[in-house]
Amino acid sequence: MMRPPGRRLRGLIRKEFLQVARDPSSLAIAFVLPVFLLFLFGYGVSLNSRNVPVGVVLEHPDTASRAFAAGFLGSPSFAPYYFASWQHAREALRRHRVDALVRVRGDFARGLQAPGGAGIQLVLNGVDTNTAQLIQGYVEGVWAAWLQQQAHAAGAALALPVDLRVRTWFNPNARSRDYLVPGLIAVIMTLIGALLTALVVAREWERGTMEALIVTPVSMSEILLGKLIPYFALGMGGLGLSVAMALWLFQVPLRGSFWVLLGISALFLLVALGMGLLISILSRNQFVAGMIAIIVTFLPAFLLSGFVFDIHSMPLAVRAITRIVPARYYVDALHSVFLAGDVRGVLAMDALALALIAIVLFGLSALRSHKRLD
Amino acid sequence: MSLLRRILALTLKEFRNLLQDRRSRMALIVPPLIQTLVFGYAANMDIHRVRIAIYDQDGGGIARSFVARFSGSPDFSVVSHVRNQREVRRVIDEKRALGVLHLGPDFSRDLLQHHAAPVQILLDGRNSNTAAIALARMQRITQQFDRDWTRQHGQRAPPASLEVRAWFNANLDSHWFFVPGIVGLLILVATMMVTAMSVAREREQGTFDQLLVTPMRPVEILVGKSLPGFIIGLVESAVIILVAVYWFDVPFRGSLPLLYAGILLYLLAAVGMGLFLSSISATLQQALLGAFLFMVPAVILSGFATPIENMPRAIQLATLLNPLRYFMVVVRGVFLEAAPPALLLRQFWPMAVIGLVSLTTAGWMFRRRMY
Repeated sequence: MMRPPGRRLRGLIRKEFLQVARDPSSLAIAFVLPVFLLFLFGYGVSLNSRNVPVGVVLEHPDTASRAFAAGFLGSPSFAPYYFASWQHAREALRRHRVDALVRVRGDFARGLQAPGGAGIQLVLNGVDTNTAQLIQGYVEGVWAAWLQQQAHAAGAALALPVDLRVRTWFNPNARSRDYLVPGLIAVIMTLIGALLTALVVAREWERGTMEALIVTPVSMSEILLGKLIPYFALGMGGLGLSVAMALWLFQVPLRGSFWVLLGISALFLLVALGMGLLISILSRNQFVAGMIAIIVTFLPAFLLSGFVFDIHSMPLAVRAITRIVPARYYVDALHSVFLAGDVRGVLAMDALALALIAIVLFGLSALRSHKRLD
Repeated sequence: MSLLRRILALTLKEFRNLLQDRRSRMALIVPPLIQTLVFGYAANMDIHRVRIAIYDQDGGGIARSFVARFSGSPDFSVVSHVRNQREVRRVIDEKRALGVLHLGPDFSRDLLQHHAAPVQILLDGRNSNTAAIALARMQRITQQFDRDWTRQHGQRAPPASLEVRAWFNANLDSHWFFVPGIVGLLILVATMMVTAMSVAREREQGTFDQLLVTPMRPVEILVGKSLPGFIIGLVESAVIILVAVYWFDVPFRGSLPLLYAGILLYLLAAVGMGLFLSSISATLQQALLGAFLFMVPAVILSGFATPIENMPRAIQLATLLNPLRYFMVVVRGVFLEAAPPALLLRQFWPMAVIGLVSLTTAGWMFRRRMY
């Protein structure tokens, strides 16, 4: 009885690999799906607005107002459109032809000399609040540059009393891709890990082959391990592919160490596979398993992981729910490993949380799987 | 009459299939409700009480009044005061604060002597979007301080100032942006799942061949199979719209008939895509995988969370085939903008075309694809 267990496990693993080789759908899930999704999302999802169409209305196009409007022409953030009247401009905003309007009133030149200063009106389409705020930031940038120029021309050194000097660490150019792509890896790996195992145990039950396995001397834990090890290998392959795409295709810097990335990723993959395994054991039906896998793994990983939506801005109750979303810890760890480096405090807490979740998942799987027919 | 009776019979049979099993009944009813609530709260890009740390080397009253403007703002919460560069590094690295406000030792002196007083802001760029929005708020607070300072100290105000107004959403509350979008998201999932399963399941069980030899014509089968998706989509959309208006207080400014015209066309497109995928699949699993491979890109590339205008040209062209893209404009337009009919019509016809083309192809595939 000393040797057979290892041999039995090897046999099961070999069987699983043969099955994967014969039915390429698992290979497609492990390798094609991540490349496809990362490619699509990596290019498709961006929060950096360029060439924002802005309507500019100069009510009295004199030198002063032209000088101000010139700031928009020079900026890569804007594609300015000039409108002759406020009426036309408003209509263009309502029809989504422009995203914002800048109005320099007729008395601009006179207002500049007045003690209160002149007013420049900025109207945003507030429907997409995030883009609206970014546009406002860009316009403020144009305005501040113009103020500086004015002050310089007037021979004064300062335009404003407080001079803000901003440095953004880890992502100085604020490339949204640099933080979205690592998050995407977490979302995609959640989906792939869960789908890989969610379908396989359910399939054995559905096809009746589980009953055949049950009459053999293999134990339930051997069956589970025999499922887990091959799909872990496949999943790591898919993960390697995703990381390679992030580094070389999307040019995301890797500031932490490769081994830390590998370790935390392996831990997370175990959790994702564990979720799929548990779903599969509980549902015993491929359709239900697939539905549940999408609803309880993919959607929370997308919305509650902090990948696009910042967890700190969520209400307390939702923030509490995010604590049991494994992708949350992985997204957090990936952001640090890729952009900041091996930040020990952050990474250790994330690894600990993932390890705890893994233990709970595998414990539940072991408890809920019996050699029993019903 | 017999035509209507036949279609009705098939529709009823489809509903019975869906609602008989307790698990699939639950899968239709419970997740959309939970998701509307959770997503409604989770999906927002507002910043709220962003954690910042203060590194104040000046320590005087003026510096403190400057800092007070940040700690008094609902956008920021000051989590710690740091005393040296090493601590600055630590609070940001370990994510205890998203940003640090650093006032140099000469802050008050510079201000009083009418020099520009530098304030350094350090931000954690790991989430560059939150950082960008937090920075914009910091700039606004600083501008306010500048304005008050120049007025109180008799200095000249800057020659021009910006007056910013946001139409349709004056407070830029991002719930108003995301919650209507969820209507489109969830009814897509529900109708696609229902219709993608319908033909493929019968194919797998062999009952589709039986249906084909009945006197029902493919068009009748098509209509009978589409109706459940339509009805479920209509019911779900009504529920989610009510939740959006009465629970999340999103204003409803446009016309309800126009919104429902949009919903019907959108359902036509969603049902069409679902039936098309179902008609080309041999098994349930293929149909589900197909539905999934359609839905994920459809959601990501719809403008739900990130603007289509930011995508590369080729992907922008691909989004023209995505019905959700048009529906997002319709649902947000009706809710928030009371959008002019001309804008809505530009979204209506592509959805109608997608729906008609996919439905026709599906009906055609019913007969062609046999196993």
